Amino acid sequence: MERKIQEQNTNNNLSGTMSSTQHNGSGRVLLDYLKCAAVGVSIENIQRSFGDNYVLRGVTLDIEPRETVVILGKSGSGKSVLLRHIIGLECPDSGHIFVAGEDINDPDFKRNHVLAMVFQSSALFNSLTVAENVALYLREHKIFADESRMNEIVSSALEIVGLKGRGDDMPSQISGGMKRRVAAARALVMNPDIILFDEPTAGLDPMMTRTMGDLIRGLNDKVEITQIVVTHDIDLAFYVADRIAILSEGRILEVGTPDQIKSSTNSSVIDFIKPQFE
Amino acid sequence: MNSVMEFFRTTGGLLGLFMETLYWCKSAISNSDKVFAQLYIIGNQTLPVGALIALFSGGVLALQAGPTLAQFGLEENVGGLVGLSLVKEIGPIMASILIAGRVGSAMTAELASMSVYEEIDALKTMDINPIRYLVMPRFIATVIALPVLVIYMDVIGWFGGALVSVVNPEIHLSFDVYYRNLSELVDFTAVMNGLIKSMFFGIIISIVCCYVGLKTKGGPREIGYSVTKAVVMSFVLVLVSDYYITRILLFLNLD
Repeated sequence: MERKIQEQNTNNNLSGTMSSTQHNGSGRVLLDYLKCAAVGVSIENIQRSFGDNYVLRGVTLDIEPRETVVILGKSGSGKSVLLRHIIGLECPDSGHIFVAGEDINDPDFKRNHVLAMVFQSSALFNSLTVAENVALYLREHKIFADESRMNEIVSSALEIVGLKGRGDDMPSQISGGMKRRVAAARALVMNPDIILFDEPTAGLDPMMTRTMGDLIRGLNDKVEITQIVVTHDIDLAFYVADRIAILSEGRILEVGTPDQIKSSTNSSVIDFIKPQFE
Repeated sequence: MNSVMEFFRTTGGLLGLFMETLYWCKSAISNSDKVFAQLYIIGNQTLPVGALIALFSGGVLALQAGPTLAQFGLEENVGGLVGLSLVKEIGPIMASILIAGRVGSAMTAELASMSVYEEIDALKTMDINPIRYLVMPRFIATVIALPVLVIYMDVIGWFGGALVSVVNPEIHLSFDVYYRNLSELVDFTAVMNGLIKSMFFGIIISIVCCYVGLKTKGGPREIGYSVTKAVVMSFVLVLVSDYYITRILLFLNLD
């Protein structure tokens, strides 16, 4: 990650002023700014327990660069724990996770790719405004020498998530769905190579669920970023996924395209998705 | 057995956090805005209450000691007694308890809430070190603010003692006599003694409160437990360490 931040610093300091005049005041500013490397993730036989509770029981999954994989499962199936392992917030008891071919739990591992995560709780900082929350990563890593360029990227990110003009609001003044979108904007401005969504539609109304789905699909279409989405929302899964992995009781039951999952003969998979298509 | 393990785990955790915070003090200048923000919060929360507590503590010291000393014709020593008591012991302890109760509890609640609602995790995913971003500014602000608060409370406490000594008919001293005796007995070493103690207390309070906050897991109920735990732990460690710091200062002829 350090290497990518240094590259971002150099590139942005050189080209910041020029870019700002070319794309002033549009959601395109962020889309032009995003330069995602083609990074895949390989999960090999991950096991994890908390005391006597075996949450992950040998999960193996390959995520190709630039694809959107949805990990679908019931509540308590270990989806969020798996996501926290992928981003490095948890260490597995055994098994390996490779990001761009490098084992992230190797003591010598130095992350060269940016992974961003949109948390289920949004995890916004209540003492900061919406815009300050979005700008936090850019400010702390001094990505831009030019403050106006940073503000332009932040405004653009807020515009993309449909929150143009809400930058001065405090998190306490906006709804849960808006918070989730601010968290997505905060993840986007990190210029990530992989973006992880933890239950992006949990607790949202149908309209807001559709907006989040459109956002994830839009990123896949326009930026071709690698995305991993964890959800129990079957509609969302089939709407955004290139491939779906069904997780149940800490194991991957089946992986396939939405059509392959729909025509699955695995009884557990059928039981899980059947009510949705009846 | 579990309590013993917990004791060693907590002690190790506190020392680890202290060492890591010291390491991140290297970036204090570039994060000076966060340090000043914390200093402002501490000042805002403690100065009015600190003045009130100090005024009455100085007053009650004079009220307790003055009449007894007057019985032996030693009432002119009230100034020195109030001055020394405040500078060496009561000032640092009072200020520490005030900081732990008002500022430390708020620190723990804020960090505990951030832990519970995944904000600390969010910082980690953004490659922002939570110790640098959250703990270091609070640590530096507390270590700077506490000695300043001690001096502030000492001066107001002296004034409270003087007021009671002048007004109370059983003591009946003039301001001149009170302050002459105070300035004869309270020297630079005594003031430094209190300031050194308060700096140590600042370290203890900030590290304990941040540590407990960061280690909080669960929900809103655990945030409440953590606040209580941090404040009690800070009080106990401040009072216990006060004894040992005094011993060391005596050994170094600084007391």
